[in-house]
Amino acid sequence: MPPILQLSGIKKHFGATIALAGVDLTITPGEVHALVGENGAGKSTLMKVLAAIHQPDAGEMILEESPYAPRGPSDARAAGIMMVNQELAIAPHLTVAGNIMLGAEPTHGPLLDQSEINRRATAALSELGRPDIPLEALAGDLGIAEQQLLEIARALAVGCRVLVLDEPTSSLTAADTAKLFALIRRLRDQGTAIVYISHFLEEVTTLSDRCTVLRDGATVASAPTTDFTTDDIVNHMVGRQVDELYHRTTHEPGEVVLETNQLASPPNLLSASLQLRRGEVLGLAGLIGAGRSDFLQTLFGLAPITSGELKIAGYSGRPSPRRSWRDGIGFLSEDRKTEGLALNLSLAENLTLPRLPGVLNPRKLITETTGWLEKLGVRAAGPDQAITELSGGNQQKVAFGRLLRNDADILLLDEPTRGIDIGAKQTLYTLINELAGEGKAVLLVSSYLPELLGTCDCIAVMCRGTLGPARPVADWTEHSIMLAATGAAEDAAW
Amino acid sequence: MKFSAIRIQPEAELIPLQNSTTPPVLAKLRQSLSQVGPLIGLIAICALFASLRWETFVSWDNFAIILQQTAVIGIAALGMTMVIITGGIDLSVGSIIALGTIVLALMLQAGWPPLAAAIAAVGACAFCGVLSGLLITKLRLMPFVVTLGMMGALRGAAKGLSGQQPLYPDEDTWLSGLMQLGEKGTLPSGVWLTLGFAVLVALVLKYTRLGRHVFAVGSNELTARLCGVPVERIKIYVYTLGAAFAGLGAVLQFAYLTGGDPTTAVGLELNIIAAVVIGGASLTGGRGTITGTLVGALIMSVVANGCTKLGLANWVQEIVTGAIIVAAVTLDALRHRKAKD
Repeated sequence: MPPILQLSGIKKHFGATIALAGVDLTITPGEVHALVGENGAGKSTLMKVLAAIHQPDAGEMILEESPYAPRGPSDARAAGIMMVNQELAIAPHLTVAGNIMLGAEPTHGPLLDQSEINRRATAALSELGRPDIPLEALAGDLGIAEQQLLEIARALAVGCRVLVLDEPTSSLTAADTAKLFALIRRLRDQGTAIVYISHFLEEVTTLSDRCTVLRDGATVASAPTTDFTTDDIVNHMVGRQVDELYHRTTHEPGEVVLETNQLASPPNLLSASLQLRRGEVLGLAGLIGAGRSDFLQTLFGLAPITSGELKIAGYSGRPSPRRSWRDGIGFLSEDRKTEGLALNLSLAENLTLPRLPGVLNPRKLITETTGWLEKLGVRAAGPDQAITELSGGNQQKVAFGRLLRNDADILLLDEPTRGIDIGAKQTLYTLINELAGEGKAVLLVSSYLPELLGTCDCIAVMCRGTLGPARPVADWTEHSIMLAATGAAEDAAW
Repeated sequence: MKFSAIRIQPEAELIPLQNSTTPPVLAKLRQSLSQVGPLIGLIAICALFASLRWETFVSWDNFAIILQQTAVIGIAALGMTMVIITGGIDLSVGSIIALGTIVLALMLQAGWPPLAAAIAAVGACAFCGVLSGLLITKLRLMPFVVTLGMMGALRGAAKGLSGQQPLYPDEDTWLSGLMQLGEKGTLPSGVWLTLGFAVLVALVLKYTRLGRHVFAVGSNELTARLCGVPVERIKIYVYTLGAAFAGLGAVLQFAYLTGGDPTTAVGLELNIIAAVVIGGASLTGGRGTITGTLVGALIMSVVANGCTKLGLANWVQEIVTGAIIVAAVTLDALRHRKAKD
């Protein structure tokens, strides 16, 4: 079958950052085309170029033998190129029908043509095999899986030829994932071209017909999926042998500094029991939404404890972020932009925010910050610079520096390497290893399994709010972690 | 952990601390420009009036009058600046000022010494702020709505306490002298009071943990919480301080009126907010300066004064003031958009 969309030599830069350094991609109808690559490899930028949210600096795009040069997102939609983003774009206060036809509402003169809206929404939902979703229900009342279906229905209702799904399973249960896969296969068989972006290589190998690997903004491999092994894909993604990235020395586990017993903070955290020792890096694996972040937040005092016990460094009680910082517990949020950093404050203000003295000496804080920036290798104009102007990796180093400045003994790290470049990752891995070597205790949440296997001493897996037992890293494989994370019974989902 | 303990990756060591996007000098310049922007506006407006009415506008006496007219708004705006930096707003300030004048008059009538009466008035106002702060944080309500309610309730309380009558204490105390212009154009002590507190608040904002936390809460509440900033307590503090400064404004207003009036300062909160906004603060929080706020308050009194000198009707003044508010915010937004690009 001839390709529907061909991209060649697509380049895009933002300021000094090169996001795309020449991407080639060929999309064919009736194929599921997986797009993989590490965070920051350029997947989302590429998709934004496709959706005309960004204009490419160079390169050409051909849609069915004629040049495709959309000037805005509406051009992309008109051409039949649709996105379903990881962060769902649902208007929770509108009805199901209103959401499906949002932005493409048929009208009678100035009035909405409600019967036509309902007709097309019904058609789209039946095409997805879910005519049971009531048109008049409020979208906000639906579950995540249904909300995602609304987005796909929205794409179908306005005539979709290329459907881009960005990490669609990240918040789905295994059963919903299986349904979604069946749906994707059906759309593919009906002739829709599907671009599937995922971090889960197992999904890529089971679902996709063709696979393209991006690294540092360029296409490094593209072939039928059956030509790749999982190891091949990983090696293409990181561009080096995986073990080079991680530095793990043997640590001497010391006394227990953090202990929980059936700790719960519903709805997401149901029961977590673990012991964390000095000098130990303990990894928490699990699917997104399994309750790992909630666990860390509960430990740090950002979420209330409803039942269970928590003992930190020998004493127990109700934690609060203020007390946690004082007692040598540091927390690195998974969400730099909305929670981790105050984006319109400077580097120095962000780094020194926890535990400021009553009367400030700005010059001293600046000097102190400069020291940390140098030690962490942050590339910045200076401690006065606004933190927004930094790359993700450098922002993360500043956020991490906060923990170091406080000399935290227990480090709660939630997805510390999300969305940062490989150099910054390596810095963080080395740091984590050294901190453990000095007798700090590290609790590391990560969705990237090689990272967990490469840096942790022990790993425990969380599944639907319940934490499993911690076992030495040698006892785990990517496969066994995924089994535990999805709940072994649901293994058949794929 | 010690500095030396962190090993730096060779890859990460590439040119640390070098310019990434903007040279530091340029960034500094831009930063200071955004601070002197309102000042340039003030100078331009003064120059305009001076060129039109040199003989009446440019005189020490007129200068003193302008400052006298700015004092009430100025001192209340100090507190409002803090509230707005946290991303909040306080619409009840005008009513708080009215209530403050009434409490002060009642205390004087009851025979309290002037200083004690003034402290009681400021304390009563601060208590209203505590109430707003508690409602906003404990019930997690929108500041706009809570203080809108307080605006009505406190105005009613002022009227109730005074029996819907202005109250003029029989004896004159030194309090009524606070806003008097001196013989040879010396500034009223109320102006000095405002300036003194302005310096104090500016120092608190810049050099104390409280000040830093105020900015942090407005910039990103979630981050502030994560970093152990007691977000709720900070909010209660700023609404309390905001109301206390309104209370000081009430003392000055009392001096100006030489009595308490439950219908005074209606709508004054909007002028106060306007002064803060003209001064470059952002209603979404995280941004604002005391110097900017004072300049903003001055711009409004200069416009009022200048228009009177030109013999323009009140309605012209109002239109001009409105236009200046919109223009100030537009210029500020444009500057920030440029800074982002």
